Amino acid sequence: MSEKTLELKQEFLESLKNVNSMDELENIRIAYLGKKGSVTELLKEMKNLSNEEKKTFGQKVNELKNEVLDKISQKTEELKQKELEKEFSLMPEFDISIPADLKRGSYHPITLAQRQCENIFKSMGFVVADYSEVVSDYECFEALNIPKHHPARDMQDTYYLENGQLLKSHTSAAQNAIYKKYKDALINEGKPIKAIFPGRCFRNEATDANHENTFFQMEGIMVDKNISISNLIFFMKTMLSEVFQKDVKVRLRPGFFPFVEPGFELDINCLICGGEGCPSCKHSGWLELCPCGMIHPEVLKAGGIDPEEYTGFAFGLGLTRLVMMKYGVKDIRDLNSGSLKTLSQFTEDK
Amino acid sequence: MFLSMNWISDFVDLTGLDKIGLINKFSLSTAEVENEIFFKGSDIEGIVVAEIKSVEDHPESKKLHLLKVDAGLDELVDVVCGAPNVRVGMKTAFAKIGAKIGEIEITPRKLAGYTSYGMCCSEKEIGISDNNDGIMEITDDLPCGTDLKTVYQIDDIVFEVDNKSLTNRPDLWSHYGIAREFAAIAGRTLKPVDTVDLSKYDSLPKIDMKIEDKLCQRYSCLSFENISVHTSPVNVRIRLYYCGMRSLNFLADLTNYLMLEVGQPMHAFDSRKVEKIRIKRFDKPFKFETLDGVTRDIDENTLMICNGDTPVAIAGIMGGLDSEIVEDTTTLTLESATFDAVSVRKSTVRLAHRTDASMRYEKCLDPELTVLAVARFVKLLTDYDKNAVVVSALTDEYAYKYDKITIDFDKNFVNRYTGIEIDNQTIVKTLKALGFDVTLNGDDFKVVVPSWRATKDVTIKADIIEEITRIYGYDNFDINTALAPLYPVREIVEKSVEDGIKDILVKRYSLHELHSYVWAYYDEYKALGIEIEDNIKLVNATNPNIETIRKSIIPTQLCQVKYNTSYAADFGVFEIGRVIDGVNSDNLCNERKKLAVTLFSKTESMEDVYFKLRDILAVITDDIKHQNLTFKAKEKSHSYQHPKNLNSIILNCEEIGEIGIVNPLISKKIDKKANIVFAEIDVEKFAATPNLSIKYEEPSKFPGIDIDITFVSEKFEPIKKSVEDANSSLIKGLSVADIYSDQSGKSITVRIEFSHPERTLTKEEVMEVVDAITADLENKGIMLKK
Repeated sequence: MSEKTLELKQEFLESLKNVNSMDELENIRIAYLGKKGSVTELLKEMKNLSNEEKKTFGQKVNELKNEVLDKISQKTEELKQKELEKEFSLMPEFDISIPADLKRGSYHPITLAQRQCENIFKSMGFVVADYSEVVSDYECFEALNIPKHHPARDMQDTYYLENGQLLKSHTSAAQNAIYKKYKDALINEGKPIKAIFPGRCFRNEATDANHENTFFQMEGIMVDKNISISNLIFFMKTMLSEVFQKDVKVRLRPGFFPFVEPGFELDINCLICGGEGCPSCKHSGWLELCPCGMIHPEVLKAGGIDPEEYTGFAFGLGLTRLVMMKYGVKDIRDLNSGSLKTLSQFTEDK
Repeated sequence: MFLSMNWISDFVDLTGLDKIGLINKFSLSTAEVENEIFFKGSDIEGIVVAEIKSVEDHPESKKLHLLKVDAGLDELVDVVCGAPNVRVGMKTAFAKIGAKIGEIEITPRKLAGYTSYGMCCSEKEIGISDNNDGIMEITDDLPCGTDLKTVYQIDDIVFEVDNKSLTNRPDLWSHYGIAREFAAIAGRTLKPVDTVDLSKYDSLPKIDMKIEDKLCQRYSCLSFENISVHTSPVNVRIRLYYCGMRSLNFLADLTNYLMLEVGQPMHAFDSRKVEKIRIKRFDKPFKFETLDGVTRDIDENTLMICNGDTPVAIAGIMGGLDSEIVEDTTTLTLESATFDAVSVRKSTVRLAHRTDASMRYEKCLDPELTVLAVARFVKLLTDYDKNAVVVSALTDEYAYKYDKITIDFDKNFVNRYTGIEIDNQTIVKTLKALGFDVTLNGDDFKVVVPSWRATKDVTIKADIIEEITRIYGYDNFDINTALAPLYPVREIVEKSVEDGIKDILVKRYSLHELHSYVWAYYDEYKALGIEIEDNIKLVNATNPNIETIRKSIIPTQLCQVKYNTSYAADFGVFEIGRVIDGVNSDNLCNERKKLAVTLFSKTESMEDVYFKLRDILAVITDDIKHQNLTFKAKEKSHSYQHPKNLNSIILNCEEIGEIGIVNPLISKKIDKKANIVFAEIDVEKFAATPNLSIKYEEPSKFPGIDIDITFVSEKFEPIKKSVEDANSSLIKGLSVADIYSDQSGKSITVRIEFSHPERTLTKEEVMEVVDAITADLENKGIMLKK
């Protein structure tokens, strides 16, 4: 009987060699271990044996059965591995060097620069206000200490509308409204007025690479009991250092604007040459960037604020100029052109 | 305005100081200096006085002459010269061997067969005038060989100040005024202007002169005769030239010289033409010929200088041709006057003629200057022309004076305004250097503003702060942050809404933000066939193509889309900008802030693009306001709209905008194959809508039931309505699962989600609700799909 088990084992091992699929393996399993399988049949023959023989033979058959089971499970693993490898090999290799599809939108560069400036001032407790583009002569001039026939009106060629209103020629046109809006909180609750108001401005002039009739400014004001020139310089320097992400050198020169006294032209050291002198700064090492000054007492008065008690500073930052400097835009007209070749490049910039 | 350092140095001794450093300080303390500084004479070396001893014609050349000149050397020098004005005995400027003119070094040079040992120079060649007609003629009695630079102020540092930075400073329109600034900056003393005492002429007869119009503040005049000098001294001419003025004749040059020196415009009349000076305006317009030969229209607002009733000059602007000094003029009347600044400015604009004089008058000149200028003129005139004689007393009418301005302030004010400590003595010293009269009592200052700053420039305390700080130097300031109480800053809703919209459009939908102009673009609208809708116009647009303000951003955006058709097969653009929708009942512009979006696609169907845009708007509304949009068909009212699928956008029961397809006539002009849709919403209305915020609901722990039912229906709206009308608390959601069309028409499969927070639902209770909905719809003629 033991020859039989040996024979069967040989036969089993032989047939296992040719197995290539799980189905074939299952067939073999059934052929040996199924209800009518060869090994099962052997066990059935045991009943004809003596007790002594049963023991020995039973042991042999069990050994055989276990071996078959082992081999089958071993073979199963082998086949699974083969199949996985086959699946691996079927996966094509991708060309990851193909450029990424960056279908992305874009912000207008003014939005980017504006947000950056807004965030700087918001972090210092300034409110970001908004104002209309159409304003009155009073708002744009009279309330800013620029009476009729003042030579300062020459400096700004204003677009007038048929109804006597005008397109604001500077963001300062919003000053009066801002004072009136926040003065009660200043006077009654001691809350300083700290506001910036970005906006679009208009000048009636011929356009070229450096001149636009439509451009953006950002005005800022701070009014409280003891606001000083020293504070003004601090805020200007801080803002510009934050904007350009480096310690910017600033200098102030006297500048005449009827709505400030003293008034200044603020220059920063040229960012392109670092102050050595280059064509961008006309070899002076400095760039004129930001008119500013202490708010003129008449302007505070027009806003309902007593200039004997309160002082303040105001500045007007040329956002369009800033964008041109920051990104190296050479032709100012590109900004309003609507050209996607130009403008789609301005994605998030934090 | 060009300024000569030599001229400034007449009034303040700057010896031993770095001139360029001072000019830079001036730029930081007073007014902007242009970058280029001119070192006049620096390229000229070795030019001497020489006398022409003999002149021979060149045997072959018609132009050239062979000269022998005495250049102060041991021997006469042979020179070949092509100038037409050579003559024996003439003294000229001579560049010796070794001399330098610009890049050229003078060496012996062969000209048409003869060697020239030097060069006779024109004034232009040595850079002291534009005259290149011949060689320089030196009439001063100077020994041959004298270096020109030792007798004439050829070496000079000239700088330019931007006129715009002087608009508020009438006192800076002269070298004397600038010298005062240099004195204050350098800490040196300002010298007085050298004049003659005019009182010595008091016994002479007065001129018949009368101010008849309040637009003339002061009129000072003086007559003189026997002028024997006709050409200005070389140094006067050099200064005028370096400062950008042409030399004309001695008298005209002298008036110009005075204007540049002390800032007072002056005019010299032929006395025969101004026997009876009257300053007035005329009732009627007339024509008047000014000395530049131009006939100008004078109206009744223009102040004139007259001889009786005959106009002889436009006050403050220009003299008349008739009263100009001519060859047989023997007696002259010098005018030195102050006119109303606004009047001169307006006349200048009306006449479209701005002169050096009017520029100064417009700035509000100091009326105290008129007599000083006359006294200085007489001093210079009699210095340069020993024969000239004054023949009248000073005739001076001072119609009205400016109020004397006194300003009181204390040290505390200065500290508070500047934020730094400036000691009292520095304040006193600075103000005194600038001509202010200062009295200090403890910490209290009393300051009297000098006449040249009192015409409207310095009037208040803040002006005094500027005077102190600009000389103190802003570079010397300690800079400090402000000490102020802290309060939370609430963001303005409209601003955060705007930012939110931009972020969704850019980040989620990859749209591009553009800016366009606030007016209609006539040419581009026309090319696309967009009608220019009547709206408020600009009254003074230099470009007639941008006269009408836009009512909507969509047309300007379509022009930009047209410009970008080659950018990509599919793209979307947006703008948040302003429009004006006419005027309101108070005749004020109805300005609105709008969001405009346009989608352009060559790959997607019109329906897909349209729904994409609809979904964008819905997402914005859901994300920012947690609200839903509804839509309502509307009538076409603008040329750019397609009549179909034009819908009002409704938020919270208010119409906030519209969505539509671009009129195919326009769309095809933009791109034949593209589907283009647009939407515009009112950002202010949108922002004003309440934000419903997040409504949290705990999800049911019990399984729900989803029922899909298909109805034969053209629209989803009635199905939605019936589901809502069923008013069942079990319904948790309604969505569209499928839409398709077959022979029985369009069918919509909707999925209704049911659930209960506390128990598992039974099929029966759900079907009860479903049956009610189905019944309701069947009543409306919307049947279940069989």
